[in-house]
Amino acid sequence: MSTAANSKAIEAGQIWDFPGGIHPPQRKELSNQTPIAKLPLANTYVVPVKQHAGAPAELCVSVGEQVLRGQPLTRAGVSLGLPVHAPTSGTVTSIGPGRIAHPSGMTDVVVRIEADGNDTPAPPQPLPDYRQAARADVLERLRNAGIAGLGGAGFPTAQKLALQRPIDYLIINGIECEPYISADDRLMREHAATILDGAAILMHLADAKKALIAIEDNKPEAIAAMKAELTDYPNMSLRIVPTKYPSGGEKQLIQLLTGRQVPSKGLPIDIGLLMQNVGTAYAVSRAIRQGEPLIERVVTVTGEAVEKPGNYWVRLGTPVGEVLHYTGFQQSDPAQRIIMGGPMMGFTLPDTDVPVVKITNCLLLPSVQELAPAQHEMNCIRCGACADVCPAQLLPQQLQWLAKAKDYDGLEGQNLFDCIECGACAYVCPSEIPLVHYYRKAKAEIRTLAREKAKAEVARERFEARQVRLEREKEERLERHRKAAEARKKAQAEQVKAGGDNPQDAVQAAIARAKARKAAQQKAAAEQPSSHEDNNE
Amino acid sequence: MTFKLAASPHSHQRRTTQQVMRWVYVALIPGLLTLMYFFGWGVLWQLALAVSTAFVVEALSMRLRGRTIQSAWQDHTALVTAILLAISIPSLAPWWLIVIGTAFAIGVVKHVYGGVGQNIFNPAMAGYVVLLISFPVQMTSWPLPTQISQFELSFMDAASVIFTGFTPAGYDLEQLRMGADGLTMATPLDSLRTALNHQLTIGEALQQPIFGTLAGLGWQWVNLAFLLGGVVLIKQRIISWHIPTGMLLGLAVPAALAWLFAPDQSVSPLMHLLSGATMLGAFFIATDPVTAATSNRGRLYFGLLVGFLVFVIRTWGGYPDAVAFAVLLANMTVPIIDKYTQPVAYGHGGRS
Ligand code: SF4
Ligand code: SF4
Repeated sequence: MSTAANSKAIEAGQIWDFPGGIHPPQRKELSNQTPIAKLPLANTYVVPVKQHAGAPAELCVSVGEQVLRGQPLTRAGVSLGLPVHAPTSGTVTSIGPGRIAHPSGMTDVVVRIEADGNDTPAPPQPLPDYRQAARADVLERLRNAGIAGLGGAGFPTAQKLALQRPIDYLIINGIECEPYISADDRLMREHAATILDGAAILMHLADAKKALIAIEDNKPEAIAAMKAELTDYPNMSLRIVPTKYPSGGEKQLIQLLTGRQVPSKGLPIDIGLLMQNVGTAYAVSRAIRQGEPLIERVVTVTGEAVEKPGNYWVRLGTPVGEVLHYTGFQQSDPAQRIIMGGPMMGFTLPDTDVPVVKITNCLLLPSVQELAPAQHEMNCIRCGACADVCPAQLLPQQLQWLAKAKDYDGLEGQNLFDCIECGACAYVCPSEIPLVHYYRKAKAEIRTLAREKAKAEVARERFEARQVRLEREKEERLERHRKAAEARKKAQAEQVKAGGDNPQDAVQAAIARAKARKAAQQKAAAEQPSSHEDNNE
Repeated sequence: MTFKLAASPHSHQRRTTQQVMRWVYVALIPGLLTLMYFFGWGVLWQLALAVSTAFVVEALSMRLRGRTIQSAWQDHTALVTAILLAISIPSLAPWWLIVIGTAFAIGVVKHVYGGVGQNIFNPAMAGYVVLLISFPVQMTSWPLPTQISQFELSFMDAASVIFTGFTPAGYDLEQLRMGADGLTMATPLDSLRTALNHQLTIGEALQQPIFGTLAGLGWQWVNLAFLLGGVVLIKQRIISWHIPTGMLLGLAVPAALAWLFAPDQSVSPLMHLLSGATMLGAFFIATDPVTAATSNRGRLYFGLLVGFLVFVIRTWGGYPDAVAFAVLLANMTVPIIDKYTQPVAYGHGGRS
């Protein structure tokens, strides 16, 4: 399809399809029935200093310091750094390692804050008329407000907007295709106006003329709410896509709405697109209009093991245990899992001390009957079910063989790095092979190898450079000696020519003198018997 | 308080390999019953022999490779191999035939290549071909459909023929295969070939009592029954339509062309479709996922190739049925098919 025809089709509202995909049970009704509730204030908060993709920012508070709600705890130093803020007013009680929300259960620096219960805010700095402000200033504000993508990897929003390239469309992602999660659904139902205002700010900053708002057709209430507000925004249009997992994946949604594909290893901006999640759009509006930093988000707490499933405004840094306590969770089964994120892409938590962070969209506590734990892994029977559902058009069974055989070249040949880890393949695999687990492991191994290779390369280069230097120095030294010897010879020759003593004669004379002296000493020694010998007798 | 850790996804579709295989067994039932109806109790004996051999060989192989029998047996591939082989060989063949075939299929074709998922050749068909080459007489001695046979064999009679070569009444297999005219009868496909070689037209050849209304007597129903089972498998999404459709088209289209141009010398497409192992091959054998092509497009090509090879071998080859050879030849081309039909991954320049 030509570019012009493509643009026309997009304008006409065409919805394309993406290959593969699955239809797991939705289970959204478990959590989307009630309005978003506020979680009461906790006594302690644990704020990891790094909650986004990129480098950590620099700490700017110390232990014992009083902080106000929304006060930055870190300063955005380096370019990818993003500050974090105090979720409430209180005292910094410690700064040190703590477990963070990460699939590997790793630890990182966390700031612990003892709440004073007053929740006193730091004075906000709103910028109601952002259109009058310089673009760079507005971006700086977003960065200082700690805004990161709330839908996925937590990429700093300002960073994404700073890439100044022509943009055809801003896409606002309200798909929420993972089963169980309804945070974006509720947010759209209750705060459509704020979301669209945020979208308008994003359009202004990205210099995008048009926006597409995408919602899956299983959220009629959210669609209605957004539609009602959209009348104010003629350059934004609604796109309703059929329910299928993973239509909310960035690449898949782009394919659905535009028929374009993000090039492998490329970015959406390479094809003139920019995507932001509805939660992010909401946070952007709050940060600019109200001057509020990102200190809370909507979290879906759901699963049959919680008493009060629903959506909650949760301050970032609230320990998961606190959330679960309030929502009435009791551990009754040793096989209980706590999943941060959805059932397809979320990860399990080892304990409940882990805090809620910017990317926490869901806490899922399924009963064991509800989501049966993985069964025994069996051999691949090459049934091809996985290939049929892979939205990236990979061959998961081949990847699996290659990953098990550690054939890294083969894996790259089969485009392992285009796997979005959506889990559709593992979902359908009748042999219950944890395919994604193998891919993640292989990816990590390949990255490690590449790093080691790069390191070895640097070391080799250094070694070679040193060899070259030593060689050069040796040559220079020899050259110096040779020159010095030549100069000496020349000087002697000139001296002789000038009629002076041949220096060679002077040397001979000196040797003769030394010999004479030695002979005299020996003679003297022979005449006088040694005193040593006497003593020895 | 600690919680269970697990890798994502945490949700899983409730269809395990065992369930998949259960559907395969269910889908085989109509064909099996029809086969027994026309060819007697021998079918059941062959099945029993094949399954027990498969179990013993699987256990020995796993013992040699230092693993437990459960881990291999539970994926059902050995069982399916045994069943397919048992269905494919003549129902009154001597007992050692199926034992050798199954042992070879599982012990060599499957395990020597490293177990399930690693073998290049379809084990059942490799076993079949080894038997066909080594024991051509036994492998082509199909008994007559019970309807036109002069003998009615009981369950124990069949066992007696399989294990001793004689019925309790003292008839041997050759005698059992004699028609009312006292001539040994070959299978429909065989008879056709012989007739054509003797310059008979198809019309004349079809006068023989071994042919029914559609194709070979008995065989037409057996094929229809396997077709029914195959459709169930596709409906249940156990297999995709690509290989069966490809194979049936690959066979029917050239057959139709030949029939149009030389109706007297060619076997009709319908006869091709409903003869020998066509339907069993299309839905149950060529679809073996381990040895077929990987992508759906590749599977279509694979199926077409199998079908075309069946046509070629049946028409010009020296063996009565061709499905086994066709499948094995196509197995060899799988790496090439896979190479040229690998789907374009997202973001690599493909079109939406
Ligand atoms: S779905 Fe599982 S068993 Fe089937 S081919 Fe893929 S990895 Fe193998
Ligand atoms: S996890 Fe990767 S390989 Fe599996 S379906 Fe998703 S993109 Fe394809």
